[in-house]
Amino acid sequence: MPPALSVTGLRKAYGPVQALRGVDLELEAGELFGLLGPNGAGKSTLVKIACGLVRQSAGDVRVRGHPAGSPEAHAQFGYLAELFRFPEWCTADELLGLHQQLIGSPGGEAERRELLALVELGHVPDRRIGAMSRGMQQRLGLAQALLGGPRLLLLDEPTSALDPAGRHTVRSLLEVLRERGVSVLLNSHLLSEVELVCDRVAIIDGGAVVAAGTPAQLSRPGGVEVETAAGARTFADARREDAPRIVRELVAAGEDVYSVRVLTSTLEDAYLEAVGRSPAGPREEIAALGEAGR
Amino acid sequence: MSTPLEPPGRLRAALIVARFSLRESLRRRVFVVIAVLTLIFLVLYGLATWQAFEAADEFGTGTASGVDAGTVVGATMAGLAMFATLFLGTILAVFLTLGAVRGDAERGLLQPLLVRPLPRHTLLLGRWLGATAVCAPYVVVIALASFALTRALGGWWPDRLAGPLLGLALGVAIIAALSLAGSIVLASTANGIAVFMLFGAGLTAGLLGQIAEAIGSDGLDDIARVATWALPFEALYQAGLAEITIDTVGFARLAIDLGPFGGAEAAGAGLWLWSLGYLAAVGGAAVAAFARRDL
Repeated sequence: MPPALSVTGLRKAYGPVQALRGVDLELEAGELFGLLGPNGAGKSTLVKIACGLVRQSAGDVRVRGHPAGSPEAHAQFGYLAELFRFPEWCTADELLGLHQQLIGSPGGEAERRELLALVELGHVPDRRIGAMSRGMQQRLGLAQALLGGPRLLLLDEPTSALDPAGRHTVRSLLEVLRERGVSVLLNSHLLSEVELVCDRVAIIDGGAVVAAGTPAQLSRPGGVEVETAAGARTFADARREDAPRIVRELVAAGEDVYSVRVLTSTLEDAYLEAVGRSPAGPREEIAALGEAGR
Repeated sequence: MSTPLEPPGRLRAALIVARFSLRESLRRRVFVVIAVLTLIFLVLYGLATWQAFEAADEFGTGTASGVDAGTVVGATMAGLAMFATLFLGTILAVFLTLGAVRGDAERGLLQPLLVRPLPRHTLLLGRWLGATAVCAPYVVVIALASFALTRALGGWWPDRLAGPLLGLALGVAIIAALSLAGSIVLASTANGIAVFMLFGAGLTAGLLGQIAEAIGSDGLDDIARVATWALPFEALYQAGLAEITIDTVGFARLAIDLGPFGGAEAAGAGLWLWSLGYLAAVGGAAVAAFARRDL
């Protein structure tokens, strides 16, 4: 079976600006893949090329084996754009009905009801979109992307307008989709969210993939922290397997050990490192400013 | 959630988009505004026509003076009505289409539709059908209502009806296509300005033709003819104007020719073929431009 999404040597230039400089990615069936990167890194351009909204300058993008932009490829995925709007005059139910007609989904009212319930909008099928909050519209966008049961979802910042409860709903939904074998490409700025749900992550910066792997692979050992009667002590160079030895030595030295914590860097640390920013950078800059001000 | 999909054919998809556009016009009360303003226009037109025929009665409606004043007044007022109808139809066509591509893309309305298997040319066809389905019947109804008022108030009726009505309808369909094509490359405001300037250029070409007729200048007449055919909505309007008095002869004919809507250039089947070809060419250019556009 071909990959859900395969990107090979993808390049895109907007005039003199190189938005993508040879990106390679592969998204397997049922995989949740996180795409991270600073603003202007090329993430949205990559997703738009996969959707056929933007034409690549070079390289190949295939959706379940079909060239991106082809009718066959379009029939395979659902998409939620970062900046989207639905006609304010129509209701949630009418909008889903229009998209059902366009994709030829025979699901009818039952499908619309199921999807609205899935994104917790089941109580407002007849509400005008203009009367919905931005968060509700974003959840409606997700329902629209799920019409017809696509095997691949391309989500560009799907939780940017959601409150914590709304984000939790989307996370749960993504997990349900993974169980059903749906592949998801999640383009998000919310690193904690990506870390929680994604199987693999790619970090893009300056139009190129600068780091990729599972969240665990991208994280790095950060030492071992031991709490004793004298306070917390950090063994910065220690790894997980060193923890029993450290505890034994401390106990042998007559210290009481209350807790042991193996430290790892977060995805945020890995991200900041990958895009060339020190996690402590802003703090150091602010401290330097403070010194200069004295 | 997984269900086998049966995407509609291109024409059916275009009709779905057209129907959605029509429903949008209906729901946003576009038709209510149009109906109210059109009623005001027809009332004003009726008052003006009534006054014009009253004045003609004082002049004498018979042929004793050598000029059938009723015919001259009726034809002139109907010419005015046709011009106003084309103008109103143009406003409608432009405002229904001026932001259809770039404007909607910038607002984020277009992307969710296009990533469905909705080919770009189908979207354009649907939007054009939706706008034309509003504008073309609109100009036909308004022109007919104006002619009916002219007949009720002064007893005048155009010599030909079908040609002028179809000409107006095709004219606004061409303007809708130009506006839709413009919306691919221009921002909404710039597109609206551009299409109204084209409309003005067509109007100027028509006036040039009348001046050429009055002063007998073949060179000016050639320039006017080329310009009106380059903007065929104007040539269709001119042909319609000529047809509404095509059987009128004698001094009345002369008086009409000297009037503000005289000197209109009649045209045959060639103009219709040219206009349909022009429409197809504008559509083809729009499809080609849209296919290359990043959204």
